[in-house]
Amino acid sequence: MDRSHHHVIEPKTYYTVFAALLVLLVLTVAAAQIPNPLVNIVVAITIAVVKAALIVLYFMHVRYSNSLVQLFVVAGFAWLMLLIALTLSDFSTRGWDRWESDIDRGRPPIATETMALE
Amino acid sequence: MSDSNLAHHFDTPTQQFEAAKLGMWLFLATEVLFFGGMFAGYTVYRTLHPDAFAQGSSHLDLVLGTVNTAVLLLSSLSMALAVHAAQTNGKRLAQFIGATALLGIVFLGIKAVEYRHKFHDHLVPGEDFGTGTHAETLLPSTELFFSFYFAMTGMHALHMVIGLGLLAWIGIGASRGRFSKEYYTPVEMIGLYWHFVDIVWVFLFPFLYLIG
Repeated sequence: MDRSHHHVIEPKTYYTVFAALLVLLVLTVAAAQIPNPLVNIVVAITIAVVKAALIVLYFMHVRYSNSLVQLFVVAGFAWLMLLIALTLSDFSTRGWDRWESDIDRGRPPIATETMALE
Repeated sequence: MSDSNLAHHFDTPTQQFEAAKLGMWLFLATEVLFFGGMFAGYTVYRTLHPDAFAQGSSHLDLVLGTVNTAVLLLSSLSMALAVHAAQTNGKRLAQFIGATALLGIVFLGIKAVEYRHKFHDHLVPGEDFGTGTHAETLLPSTELFFSFYFAMTGMHALHMVIGLGLLAWIGIGASRGRFSKEYYTPVEMIGLYWHFVDIVWVFLFPFLYLIG
């Protein structure tokens, strides 16, 4: 019969993490008052990521888990990053509103032999 | 003496516990992509309609949203303390589970109040949208923002309800002395689930309530 050696995190650590989470919550609400929209998004996402990391590492014990568990955790979020990165790279490189297209001219977007290059 | 909590296909309780953790994290990874799909869609449409999303966000109650975030963070703390109680044969396991569930109910109650306000203000996507007093000032794509709002917070609320059911299950088990430091796997696993639902809200809150 093996002695299960699960790492027990002391409640004091949990309280400290919780206090940090509350401070970050106040910070994120305060930062939303800044009038610059780019700063807003960057600060909001950064703080959210830090809060999530604290919850994952301490409340979910991942800091003291074996590397396979840590790999699974990283993998889940890595796939999410792929989803968002590839989707945004599609959308941000579309030419919508950048030049006139066939549809704007009232034609179906089908090439015909008599069509000249424009 | 045999350990009745040890399934026959595992060699040791530790191995069983670690396998359960891997399984739960695999499931949570699928949940990350599940919510991630909605976050990706949100990202695209917010990029395309920034003003409408900012306008929609301004109609959400920031105070209730902030309070709700604090409520969920506190519930994660009580859940972590519940797991700690299980790990140390602490006496308060059932109480901590109960506290977590109570905070979850508070969260859902506040959400219900918010939803009621939205229905009352004609901000629910559909035929009725924008027929309220501020109909003239609403941008056309603001209805899209509210589609995302209801879909994402609704799906999150559904996960909370499921979590409450799971908490009831282990709460009953805890009050019957089912868990100890030798076997508390269900408590740890449901703790992981609960923390994950909290993390989803940690991202939902700034994306929905704090635009602009």
